[in-house]
Amino acid sequence: MADSIGYLTLILQGALVTIQLTVMGSALALVVAFTAGLGRVSPYWPLRWLATIYIEFFRGTSIFVQLFWLYFVLPFAGITFSPLQAGVMALGLNVGAYGAEVVRGAILSVPRDQYEACIAVNLTRFQRMRHVILPQALPLMMPTFGNNAIELLKATAIVSLISLSDMTFQAQVVRAQTGDTLLPFVAILVLYFVLSLLISAGVRAIERRLTRGLDGVR
Amino acid sequence: MDWDWNFVAQIMPTLLSGLKLTLIISLLAAIVAAVLGLAFAIVRRSKVKAISLPVSWFVEFIRGTPLLVQLYFIFYVLPDAGIVLSPLVAGVIGMGLHYATYTAEVYRAGIENVARGQWEAARATNLTMRQTWAHVIIPQAVPPMIPALANYLIAMFKETPLLSAITVLELMNQAKSVANSSYRYVEPITMVGVIFLAMSLVSVVILRWLEYRFGRAAR
Repeated sequence: MADSIGYLTLILQGALVTIQLTVMGSALALVVAFTAGLGRVSPYWPLRWLATIYIEFFRGTSIFVQLFWLYFVLPFAGITFSPLQAGVMALGLNVGAYGAEVVRGAILSVPRDQYEACIAVNLTRFQRMRHVILPQALPLMMPTFGNNAIELLKATAIVSLISLSDMTFQAQVVRAQTGDTLLPFVAILVLYFVLSLLISAGVRAIERRLTRGLDGVR
Repeated sequence: MDWDWNFVAQIMPTLLSGLKLTLIISLLAAIVAAVLGLAFAIVRRSKVKAISLPVSWFVEFIRGTPLLVQLYFIFYVLPDAGIVLSPLVAGVIGMGLHYATYTAEVYRAGIENVARGQWEAARATNLTMRQTWAHVIIPQAVPPMIPALANYLIAMFKETPLLSAITVLELMNQAKSVANSSYRYVEPITMVGVIFLAMSLVSVVILRWLEYRFGRAAR
């Protein structure tokens, strides 16, 4: 019994790394998603092109290849990342590319007359985005962002393959040391599931906050 | 970073043999996902709560946990229960099951899009439950969803590198073993990226065609 408690703390330490990766990866993904998503609806073609190339590249190659490239190939070019840095970057850049399409779709789905009204009342382009378009587009993005965050949580498991000691890695350690397979893997499966439930609950709460005051509009 | 084209030419046959296995696994797993997903979607509609609820929870659980951990579970835990699977079979079952929970959602949307009148008509003509599904609902529900299903085939293709973790010698694993034995990482891993990008460009073309052939616009 004392043994298994020791191993449980090992897995909980891994859970902390997983949470850390999820939070930092999501933060990066959010920034990237808005940058690339707004880039795709920009009136300037070089920006649109850059954003499109970025999105197609990161959606087209597997997150796996991106992670291994960041961790194993870039050191040959003199750029060395720690496993955590490589993990956060791969997760953020990959999921951000998917998120960018969500941002673009939500912005485009705001009705045309909203744009026309903004022009009629002489708002600047920044004011139009900040005060009219985005407040209406954000609630549309939230459900898909929630799914993306859960995908990101699930993708964190692959960083165990570049020796980052997340939950999956620790479960493998426990398996190697005790030969016990059922307990560590069931434990982390349940923990991942609980984390994903927490994310979807959190996203729903944010969604409620964002739609407050929009009831009369839609 | 020095790039050696000769080395690239030398490793390409190995990588392509890995790609072949990757494609076979994706296809097999896609078949599992397509069939199992439809089963999940139909069972989740059941009015008998004792059947639909456990399946719903199972689907939610699989969707909320990482594929890699599920693969480990199939590969390491099941043998303790006497079920020993080869890495390849474990991989196909694991991926197929994981993606079945996604295709189930696609099918659900497709089934819900079939007009109510079709159900009523099937009932009026006294079709059995099996006949209703096989001859009325599925033929109308599934074709419009083929592009969405193909999307998951592509997503699945991009996740096959996970199988390297349970020792399947697919594309990524071939690249890693070449890299480890030659101490050159730049070419193998970059080439894997190039192959994935090329495949994804091909898949865009195929998707466009499927969209045109089966999508909502085609009707």
